[in-house]
Amino acid sequence: MSQTSLWEYANPRKFLQTTDRVLPWVAALAGVTLVVGLVWGFFFTPDDYRQGATVKIVYLHVPAALMAINAWLMMLVASLIWIIRRHHVSALAARAAAPVGMIMTVIALLTGAIWGQPIWGTWWVWDPRLTSFLILFLFYLGYMALWEAIENDDTAADLTAILCLVGSVFALLSRYAVNFWSQGLHQGASLSVQPGERMAMIYKLPLYVSMTGFALLFIALVLVRTRTEIRARRMRALLARERMGGA
Amino acid sequence: MIALLIRDMRLAMRAGGGFGLGLSFFLIVVVLVPFGVGPQAAILSTIAPGILWIGALLACLLSLDRIFALDWEDGSLDLLATSPLPLEGIVAVKSLAHWLTTGLPLVLLAPILGVLLNLPEAGFLWLTLSLALGTPALSVIGTFGAALTVGLKRGGLLLSLLVLPLYVPTLIFGAEMARRGAEGLDTTTPLFLLAGVTCGTIALLPFASAAVLKVNLR
Repeated sequence: MSQTSLWEYANPRKFLQTTDRVLPWVAALAGVTLVVGLVWGFFFTPDDYRQGATVKIVYLHVPAALMAINAWLMMLVASLIWIIRRHHVSALAARAAAPVGMIMTVIALLTGAIWGQPIWGTWWVWDPRLTSFLILFLFYLGYMALWEAIENDDTAADLTAILCLVGSVFALLSRYAVNFWSQGLHQGASLSVQPGERMAMIYKLPLYVSMTGFALLFIALVLVRTRTEIRARRMRALLARERMGGA
Repeated sequence: MIALLIRDMRLAMRAGGGFGLGLSFFLIVVVLVPFGVGPQAAILSTIAPGILWIGALLACLLSLDRIFALDWEDGSLDLLATSPLPLEGIVAVKSLAHWLTTGLPLVLLAPILGVLLNLPEAGFLWLTLSLALGTPALSVIGTFGAALTVGLKRGGLLLSLLVLPLYVPTLIFGAEMARRGAEGLDTTTPLFLLAGVTCGTIALLPFASAAVLKVNLR
């Protein structure tokens, strides 16, 4: 088996060394920006004159939704790297990102429901944005289930990478199909680079901070999970070798 | 390729191929719906296009694992993979055989079941047309899912988890087209979109399925 040969881990070793130094900083920075962003957003911004304090859930909702989509994009890029360059760390990183992205999707859906209950008067509507997030959640589930189901690591990496590519196309297609299928209740983009300002600066700044915090948190979690995957795989290789030696 | 197509169709239609299973399943789903929602004709006729689409989709899903499973078990898939035909072609032929033995009968059965669900008269033509346009996409997408899970012992549930999200766009456009047709509205937009989905999947997905199959046969 090629998996047990040592030189294949040359790159992962470098990855482990580098992340060993970087990870504490990323994690600490993620903690600081999250605390600053959320505390600032929750306690030091004025209540909205129509929505009251409920509006503040935006500091969880928007960053989580953003990372839910970015996590899938990151998996797509990592899958492409794996298909083209056969870089083991990238396949493991894609695997590591999936559950994090899935949780982000769940957070976005849940906070959206909690916010929607008082404001829209309903926990759930079949609105295009909500529906496409639910579909994204299903894609995450399928992707993770396929990883779990296949025993051979390389086969699993190949198959999930192709699934990720095909799934991306279909997820995008579903997004527009859903748009076509139902008119929405969800407001349009809250943040935009276009001149027509939609959100006052006083709300926007803490939102940017907590978005950065979520992004850093995502990076930190993916790094931790990738390192765990690498170590688990090494351990399996060692155990396999020991068994071979013992026999 | 034609020989392979005929072989696959024969295998599917003979005993043990499960030819009638999908159709019976479709029938049962449609019969169960009135028990669930009540026999009022007005309700049934509004939901009929959607129910028929979902029934056809589930019936299609049910027969997907047969595309590769038997050939995988007795090793003929390996033989096919080493044959001079490109694997993409084999996959495409298998999708076609699946459509001819599952999709096409569903299309033909759907209008008959539409009577049971009190489908409005204007809807029959559009329902049949939308299914005829959409079911090839279901077969091709399903072939991809079947290729992904071919090596797994209990791939059936995983197969549905993987394939059903991929069915979303086809279902949306297809059911929308049937619904608009039944209500006498303009069906041009969903028709073009559905045709686009079908053509796109037929053109591109066999490559993905073949790539996946190569990994599984490694």
